[in-house]
Amino acid sequence: MKSDPLNKLRTVFAHILLVFLSFLCLFFFYILFVNASRSHADLMKGFTALPGKYFFANLKSVANDGTFPMMRGILNSLIVSGSSAAICTYFSALTAYGLYAYDFKLKKVAFTFIMAILVMPTQVTAMGFLRLITKMGMYDSLLPMIIPSIASPAVFYFMYSYLESSLPLSLVEAARIDGSREFRTFNQIVLPIMKPAMAVQAIFTFVGSWNNYFVPALVIQSKDKMTVPILIALLRGADYMNQDMGKMYMMILVAIVPIIIVYLILSKYIIAGVTLGGVKG
Amino acid sequence: MRPKRKKIDYSKWGYIFILPFFVSFFIFSLIPLADTIRYSFYEYYRSGIKEIGPNFVGMKNFASLLQSDMLRYGANTVLLWIIGFIPQIVIALLLASWFVDVRLKIRGQQFFKVVIYLPNLIMASAFAMLFFTLFSNKGPINSILLSAGITDSPIDFMGTALGTRSLIGVMNFLMWFGNTTIMLMAAIMGISPDIFEASEIDGCNSMQRFYRITLPLIRPILTYTLITSIIGGLQMFDVPQILTNGQGSPDRTSMTLIMFLNSHLKSNNYGMAGALSVYLFIVSGILCFFVYRITNDNDPDGSRAAARKNKKAGRR
Amino acid sequence: MKKKIVGILLTAAVAAGTLAGCGSRNPSGSQTSGSVDPDSGEGAVINIYSFNDELRNRITAVYPEIAETSEDGTTSTLIDGTVINWIINPNQDGVYQNKLDEALLAQGSAAADSKVDIFAAEVDYVVKYTDADTNVALPLTDLGIDPNTDLADQFDFTKSVSCDQNGVQRATTWQACPGVLVYRRDIAKEVFGTDDPAEIGEKTKDWAVMKETAEELKEHGYYTFASYADTFRTYSNNVAEAWVAPGTTTIKVDQKILDWVADSKEWLDAGYFDPAVKGQWNSDWYSAMGSGSKVFAFLFPAWGIDTQMVPNWKGEAGSWAVTNAPLTYNWGGTYVLAAEGTDNPAHVKEILLALTADADNLTMISKTYADFTNAKTVMQNAAADDEFASDFLGGQNPYAYFTPSADNLKLAPLSAYDQGCVELIQNAFGDYLQGEIDYDRAKSNFEVAIVERYPEITEIQWPQ
Repeated sequence: MKSDPLNKLRTVFAHILLVFLSFLCLFFFYILFVNASRSHADLMKGFTALPGKYFFANLKSVANDGTFPMMRGILNSLIVSGSSAAICTYFSALTAYGLYAYDFKLKKVAFTFIMAILVMPTQVTAMGFLRLITKMGMYDSLLPMIIPSIASPAVFYFMYSYLESSLPLSLVEAARIDGSREFRTFNQIVLPIMKPAMAVQAIFTFVGSWNNYFVPALVIQSKDKMTVPILIALLRGADYMNQDMGKMYMMILVAIVPIIIVYLILSKYIIAGVTLGGVKG
Repeated sequence: MRPKRKKIDYSKWGYIFILPFFVSFFIFSLIPLADTIRYSFYEYYRSGIKEIGPNFVGMKNFASLLQSDMLRYGANTVLLWIIGFIPQIVIALLLASWFVDVRLKIRGQQFFKVVIYLPNLIMASAFAMLFFTLFSNKGPINSILLSAGITDSPIDFMGTALGTRSLIGVMNFLMWFGNTTIMLMAAIMGISPDIFEASEIDGCNSMQRFYRITLPLIRPILTYTLITSIIGGLQMFDVPQILTNGQGSPDRTSMTLIMFLNSHLKSNNYGMAGALSVYLFIVSGILCFFVYRITNDNDPDGSRAAARKNKKAGRR
Repeated sequence: MKKKIVGILLTAAVAAGTLAGCGSRNPSGSQTSGSVDPDSGEGAVINIYSFNDELRNRITAVYPEIAETSEDGTTSTLIDGTVINWIINPNQDGVYQNKLDEALLAQGSAAADSKVDIFAAEVDYVVKYTDADTNVALPLTDLGIDPNTDLADQFDFTKSVSCDQNGVQRATTWQACPGVLVYRRDIAKEVFGTDDPAEIGEKTKDWAVMKETAEELKEHGYYTFASYADTFRTYSNNVAEAWVAPGTTTIKVDQKILDWVADSKEWLDAGYFDPAVKGQWNSDWYSAMGSGSKVFAFLFPAWGIDTQMVPNWKGEAGSWAVTNAPLTYNWGGTYVLAAEGTDNPAHVKEILLALTADADNLTMISKTYADFTNAKTVMQNAAADDEFASDFLGGQNPYAYFTPSADNLKLAPLSAYDQGCVELIQNAFGDYLQGEIDYDRAKSNFEVAIVERYPEITEIQWPQ
């Protein structure tokens, strides 16, 4: 009872901080939106707080520009990010379950190995990666951006931690006694339990893949296979003959809108899933 | 008899389940890594369109890297990471514990959660571009400051080491604190509410509860956050690269290790890039080993003890 | 030396004549419409590498054989059925050169339809590709183009730039980029009482006078130029020696470059530059071209006015004018090269000639895109022709100033390292000019950065 006023104070403070942080976060999106709605010449004159009248003009020039096939790029990015998120979460869960639920000779070695490669920066292998992809005939295709995400040590580690905290091995035993086969146990009993973890990781993987510039820039050559970040870099790189900041802001806006939509849809599911997991623990 | 036979049976499944991971890793990371390491011992670069090498030069690449400013860039990287990480983890812990605290009636939780995660969605390079324009000498921030009378002449944010580093820190903070908050929230909500109830009955105040129960129990996720953040920090590239146009200016004070690597990759200097990659690989390995040890084994009151407590409490 | 070059040119001309003689192999004139003539020996696909859509726009505008270009701009189809692939990668971060280099290195083993046929190069790195030893660009004579007759109307400096170390021309261009000084008429009227280009030209005729002019502008609260990078090309284009002499791995920093540093420091401290603008191609620089700016002038070639100033100026049209710069200089230029190993030599020849040697086409490019084109007589006529007057410049005909400076133009000796040297020296000394580091630190930062960019560099020499 006596802690009530203190809690009220804390509540007020919490709200102030939250509002401030939210303002910081939204401020930049707002500026992006404002700038995307102004013409290049307006932008050069300086900043204004209110949107301009060129929103649809900029949108039109982005959509109609064949040199920067934005819609095609979004489609490519959706394919790559969607597939990456799907196979990354599935195989990471599979690997985590394999190492968590079974005892075998190389278990410790395998686990230590994954923990060791957890820190390996992707850029370290970039040089050899490109040579390999070229030799395998996968240069200039979407596959090199999807398949390697099967092995994602960081996602694995998250899944493993999650399994440790929320999957009692007795459940697996029980399934076996019921005559469930191993893959069925995984797909029908373990996966549903891991849903919250998978949803969180699917989002992270999706975002990471969507925003990835390093690998696609290395691998993709032709326009119809380009993903969104390369297209944005392309617009920026086509510098002095093609300066149009309004259009560039619009491209950035168009590039992040799909991912925001995906996130808004999934975020509810994630939060519900997390609560669900909490009750079970 | 029967359990033993079963065990042999099941171990096979362990291998099968982890097989895809290792096959994929072997092909797409290990082979390229071996390639990279091999060339670190060679003089091998592109001069114009002519390829020079590969000529075996032993440890020469490694030696000349040590003589270069590599260590300085390493220090830059650590510094930039810390400026971003400290506020990030503090704020995230604070927010996460607030969000799950039923006694604090946080309104619009859903809204705040969605909002604070937003910056993480925007491309790092696009975000850096945005900051570059916002904080430029004639950009909106300066025009706001000028018209508010806070300064007489525009502040040259990106002209000083302090300014550039702070901007990078702010960006890293903004991009990642929401992500970390969600992660920690998931962990805190994983703690059984019974424990909190019990602690309340025992008369714990919120400080005690946070330090004695929440913190130890979310240790695995904290470790995970720390490790991924260190990896991310070591790989820091997009933000300083775009903000400083790849130069780490002024005076290369914001040059990170990966930017350094990138400048070698860009000039097709395979030998030097290979050697630098090997250094990076070793450093990141050591870093991770330390962090793993400190957070997992050093504390007798660590996660395992907490987990046991958790189980007990759960049963009650 | 000169004799030797002439000799080589003569030999080349003879060789060209011989090639033209066996023209039955390359029946460039005969077009069979509808499908590719199997007897012509020409491939079905022409691959053109470029760093922006400028080259595509120019070629589609001037090459009459192009029937249609796809909506997204990635392919064009010729009347005879041959397909052109436009492969565009941005210059930024060396992406274009990397992709092009990969393709050129694979040229020998590539299938006929994926071989590079034509590629573009900026003047800052064209030397890398005209090199005789690497031999990635075909000598023009091998295509059946005789530089002495076919390209007779081109400016001589564009031809010497296009030659390899043996004097064999391997590239050509449709543009020359003589720079002028572009100034604000309203500021000129306020400060000097006149906006007449001839009178203002007197005040900008050399650096000594320019400085007095700068002081006058300062008293009225104006900056002469936006940034120290703006004046760079007038110095760097007048260096005595190339950054790297052919066949060596030593960078020699020219005294002119250090003069630029010293003068820029003096000007910046004196308040003649806008201290808020650092370098070029950033939003601060662009807004210095806007109507709210206090910057009096920019140093630009023709493309700069059309592509940089027009879109960034939001005031009344006719507020700017051009006059002579303190020094003649050249800035930029896109060169076009035929790739060694091309399977479409006849088409390539036609395209190069249509783009860079046809007076009508070049006139049209000048009128449509405001390029200063690479044709002496066309440009002479343009200087006197009111049809070339510009509304943006208040009805002034800029060619009257471009053309005389083009006549005096000689391009500084080039090397394959120019792009990196220019970029990195501006960067290193930019920190110095802003007072972040001292002079020696800037020098050593340049040394570190340049060896990172070009590993083969063994030594950096500074003038005494």
